[in-house]
Amino acid sequence: MLELKNICKTFNPGTVNAKTALDHLDLTLHDGDFVTVIGGNGAGKSTMLNAIAGSFPVDSGTILIDGSDVTNLPEHKRAAFLGRVFQDPMMGTAPTMQIEENLALAARRGQRRGLRWGITKEERESYQEQLRSLDLGLENRMTTKVGLLSGGQRQALTLLMAALQKPKLLLLDEHTAALDPRTAAKVLALSDRIVQEHHLTTLMITHNMKDAISHGNRLIMMDAGRIVVDVSGEEKQRLTVPDLLAMFSSASGSDEANDKMLLS
Amino acid sequence: MSFVSSLLNSLPGAAAQGLIWGLMAIGVYITYRILDVADLTVDGSFATGGATAVMLIRAGCNPWLALLCAFAAGMLAGFVTGMFHTRCGIPAILSGILTQLALYSINLRIMTSKANQAVGVDKYPLLVSQRYVRELTLQNPLPLLLILTAALIFALYWFFGTEKGCAIRATGANPNMARAQGINTNANVVFGLMLSNGLVALSGALLAQFQGAADINMGRGAIVIGLAAVIIGEVIFGRLFSNFGLKLLAVSIGAVIYYFVLQIVLQLGLNTNDLKLITALIVALFLAIPYWKDRVFHGKARKEGARNA
Repeated sequence: MLELKNICKTFNPGTVNAKTALDHLDLTLHDGDFVTVIGGNGAGKSTMLNAIAGSFPVDSGTILIDGSDVTNLPEHKRAAFLGRVFQDPMMGTAPTMQIEENLALAARRGQRRGLRWGITKEERESYQEQLRSLDLGLENRMTTKVGLLSGGQRQALTLLMAALQKPKLLLLDEHTAALDPRTAAKVLALSDRIVQEHHLTTLMITHNMKDAISHGNRLIMMDAGRIVVDVSGEEKQRLTVPDLLAMFSSASGSDEANDKMLLS
Repeated sequence: MSFVSSLLNSLPGAAAQGLIWGLMAIGVYITYRILDVADLTVDGSFATGGATAVMLIRAGCNPWLALLCAFAAGMLAGFVTGMFHTRCGIPAILSGILTQLALYSINLRIMTSKANQAVGVDKYPLLVSQRYVRELTLQNPLPLLLILTAALIFALYWFFGTEKGCAIRATGANPNMARAQGINTNANVVFGLMLSNGLVALSGALLAQFQGAADINMGRGAIVIGLAAVIIGEVIFGRLFSNFGLKLLAVSIGAVIYYFVLQIVLQLGLNTNDLKLITALIVALFLAIPYWKDRVFHGKARKEGARNA
């Protein structure tokens, strides 16, 4: 479903601030894979997701989504294949537009936008139905401006929007990191449900090792722009946090695991 | 008594001017409020519209066709600004300033190197003219201006409700989200700038006919008048109107109110030379109010928070 071949990306090349974010990265995702991604700060997790989404061009390598080469496609064209939820709850929705308008925008991802009316009556009914399943009371607030919703409500809405037009690949970039623990757990459970319901191939970055272990069928750990650990299936199910920390130490060659990873 | 009667006498003219500038202000609304871009092209494209229409009418062109050509000329100006911004990476505000400066030369070219070109209502079939503004005849410009304003508001209301229009609104509201939903934000910014400047030029074409001449300086400070109309409309009708079409109507009414107030202060004996100074200060004040409100509110919240702690 997704193939990254030999991807390199250096920010600020040729300057003292040069930073190799992706270093000859290879990754292949199979149809239906739910991969959790962990790694220290600056390991290249978000850069990898943004490279797939086309937020910036990569220096070298090839990106294939479902067999088609998207390496040179601009961000808005790649969006046809992708559903995205960002770390910042502000990023994924248009705050000055209504809930139903945001959903209608997402429903037209990858389609030509013409002079037909932006939202139809049937759509409204279907959105109401789907919002009801979120159990956040949003089904009665269809014309509320999204800017008035809480962070958790927005992330839930963004998730729904990402799945509305079934994407080839769902990219979740620490999408619960900015939420309080209870809301984070709710949004994470919703993510699981949506991924399973729609059978979505998913990449989910998280700082939380426990979440990384308990969600998905495969886990990768990144360090210095490379994938240093890649476990799946039963091996992943048997993983524990201490196992992961030990793996991290041996893979990255440093004795101490990143503080941030230990703490979360 | 003479003050009241001369004021009443001047009101129809003020209403007509307000309606004409209202169309311009709706153009400003599209960039400033919908796209979230401060576009300074308008000072140039307003005069471009006036110059284009006047020269075409003088050459014997049908005034409606001339109006359409002015709209197209304005769109072209907006396109150039859009290209500067999206293809050359120049900040939007600077892109507008560059186009505006370039348009000064172009406008002079259109007006065959003259700073002023007259188009008399006796010689040419004009759509609107100052001369008939107080007459109860079919030549009175007010009905036509009202119909035109209503038609344009309706057309824009429809357009911004379509899939394409929603994509433009999303581009202004959150470009990141728009791109993630497959919207080509650059193309939409360019299109929005074109639409806005087309309206601004159309308004310039109407004003030139109304006052019987196109002038190279007719657009100077247009952006400020446009912003004044947008802000007056929002302050007065903001709580009342949530519908998009009504918001556009509020902008148009804001422009009419602006010209009414202008007439009143002029009748009170204000020096016309000070007008731009006063307009600028009033707009600055209204732009500052939300910021001050925010600061005062946060200041209070902080103090209360400290007390509760």
